[in-house]
Amino acid sequence: MYAYDELDRTLLNERVEEFRDQVKRRLSGELTEDEFKMLRLQNGVYLQLHAYMFRVAIPYGTLSSQQLRRLAHVARRYDRGYGHFTTRQNIQFNWIKLAELPDALAALAEVGIHSMQTSGNNTRNVTSDQWAGVAPGEIEDPRIWSELLRQYTTLHPEFSFLPRKFKFAITASAHDRAAIKVHDIGLRLHKNAQGETGFEVLVGGGLGRTPFIAKTIKPFVHGRDLLSYVEAILRVYNQYGRRDNIYKARIKILVHELGIEKFAAEVEEEWRAMGDSALTLDDAVIEEVRSRFSYPIYEKLPHMPEELKKAAHDAVFERWRRNSVFTHKVQGYAIVTVSLKPVGGPPGDATADQMDAIAELADKYSFGEIRVGHEQNLALPHVAKRDLPALFKALEKIGLATPNVNLISDIIACPGLDYCSLANARSIPIAQELTRRFANPETAELIGRLHINISGCINACGHHHVGHIGILGVEKNGEEFYQITIGGRADENAELGVLIGPAVPFGEVADVIEDIVEAYLALRGRPDELFVDAVKRLGVEPFRERVYATR
Amino acid sequence: MTSPLEQKIRISGPSIVTANRTFDGAVIYRNASQGWSTDLSEAAIVRTVAEARALLAESVADDIGAVGAYIAPVEINDGGKIKPGNLRELIRLRGVTIELPVLA
Repeated sequence: MYAYDELDRTLLNERVEEFRDQVKRRLSGELTEDEFKMLRLQNGVYLQLHAYMFRVAIPYGTLSSQQLRRLAHVARRYDRGYGHFTTRQNIQFNWIKLAELPDALAALAEVGIHSMQTSGNNTRNVTSDQWAGVAPGEIEDPRIWSELLRQYTTLHPEFSFLPRKFKFAITASAHDRAAIKVHDIGLRLHKNAQGETGFEVLVGGGLGRTPFIAKTIKPFVHGRDLLSYVEAILRVYNQYGRRDNIYKARIKILVHELGIEKFAAEVEEEWRAMGDSALTLDDAVIEEVRSRFSYPIYEKLPHMPEELKKAAHDAVFERWRRNSVFTHKVQGYAIVTVSLKPVGGPPGDATADQMDAIAELADKYSFGEIRVGHEQNLALPHVAKRDLPALFKALEKIGLATPNVNLISDIIACPGLDYCSLANARSIPIAQELTRRFANPETAELIGRLHINISGCINACGHHHVGHIGILGVEKNGEEFYQITIGGRADENAELGVLIGPAVPFGEVADVIEDIVEAYLALRGRPDELFVDAVKRLGVEPFRERVYATR
Repeated sequence: MTSPLEQKIRISGPSIVTANRTFDGAVIYRNASQGWSTDLSEAAIVRTVAEARALLAESVADDIGAVGAYIAPVEINDGGKIKPGNLRELIRLRGVTIELPVLA
């Protein structure tokens, strides 16, 4: 966990009071909606179909049990008793009242949580690998750098009015769990030939209307130069990014139109001109941030405790353990993913009672720490393996032991037309129907790893472009239709999915997905060939034929 | 952003003006008494572009009470009951089409 200092606390409290005054002036009519809109957006407040939506940042996906309890309190006291975890390590509340928002913000500020820059044309929440600090083989904890970036970008005056929103993601593992290649700037920690730690910097990734996979702009930037190099990128973007057309305003368009070489040359020139600036990080600053992260004092525990050996006879436990429990860097410990994808439930939603219960389990079994992943699940990052059977029982009791992590029913979905004012079609009912179709855990395991992503509009909050199967809702003559893509992926080998054919109506989507899965099972080269690998090998044609032969 | 009043108005049948209430975001409909109601049956119906423009203008003028006013299509059945004219408005009227995680 990162411990905020007095400066952070003062900043949050001042921000709450500033927003309280802005809300008061809006409600009295002193501020018009036109004047107020930018202010509310910069505090994560959108207006959706039914109500205001309040988006709260969970920087680099790390939460304390105290913070999760406070989110539960906000859900219960100011909303309708639940929250929705998003694909960018945020949580959204769907029914908040503007008049009560300052009190909700104040309650969150008490535990160091805020909603600053979770919307608007500024730098957004810095996201990272939800297994940061505990993943085996990690170069180092990427949250140190995420926190440095968070501090640097928060209320940065030069980057508060960018041409468009701007998102960072950081990973320090070979396997990318942070989807860095679909971010405006993706950062991959690695070591160079001299053994020094630094970053591969990728730029211009993004989804939405015009999707692009990020390109490497510089293979190695030393840690001390991270902020200055990032500032050089942001300056070039701020100068040349288009403000005349919202659809062409993201940095991905600029990189695409200039070409990565020319864009890189502009950045390099800007960076060289900056020289050794105040942005060059000295070791003391890095160490100061590093020292504010606290880590558990792990016990020396056996790799295979007796409790786990005994529980292995329980097939239900074993199924959950197989897909929810992952290797920890410390022997005797495990990382546990808590699926927020129950059969028939809205993906990523958690009730206030569940949040409180998870906080309690985190205190009991995970040193009081919870992580939030972009797949819209939670994780308990430090669970002693001997406690896994007890944790499983406790999760079962609160409906959070669905054994489907990384399987077909572990669906990423945006709120869609049920909540969102931008959406053209519903996402959640499609996800719910698919989880029912693939509810049998044996079938799901037989299918193996398969990520379905659903977006209710072209803005792609459900990251449909990079789903192994992507589902995009569109509107045709007042009816909901869905385009299906296959072969996308969001990891270190990120690719955009390929459209398989004409959009299908709402009522046929689940049938189409079943057809695609059946085709895969018939066509895969061997039982462990993943769906996405089969698509890579075979192309989309066999799947297209299967889906459209009888339609 | 273009003001709603500067946008081209197209209507192809009976329409209403809807918005969200400023203090809590609730869905509201402009009524014939220059006020707002959460009840669609109380919405003022317009049938021509001129009527729609006038209703929208007075709605937008109430910047304190409402946010984001716009014209939306409705259907009126034989009994005179007003129904939303598309899925988006149906969802705004009736709420989400899924069961909420916590019953309201």
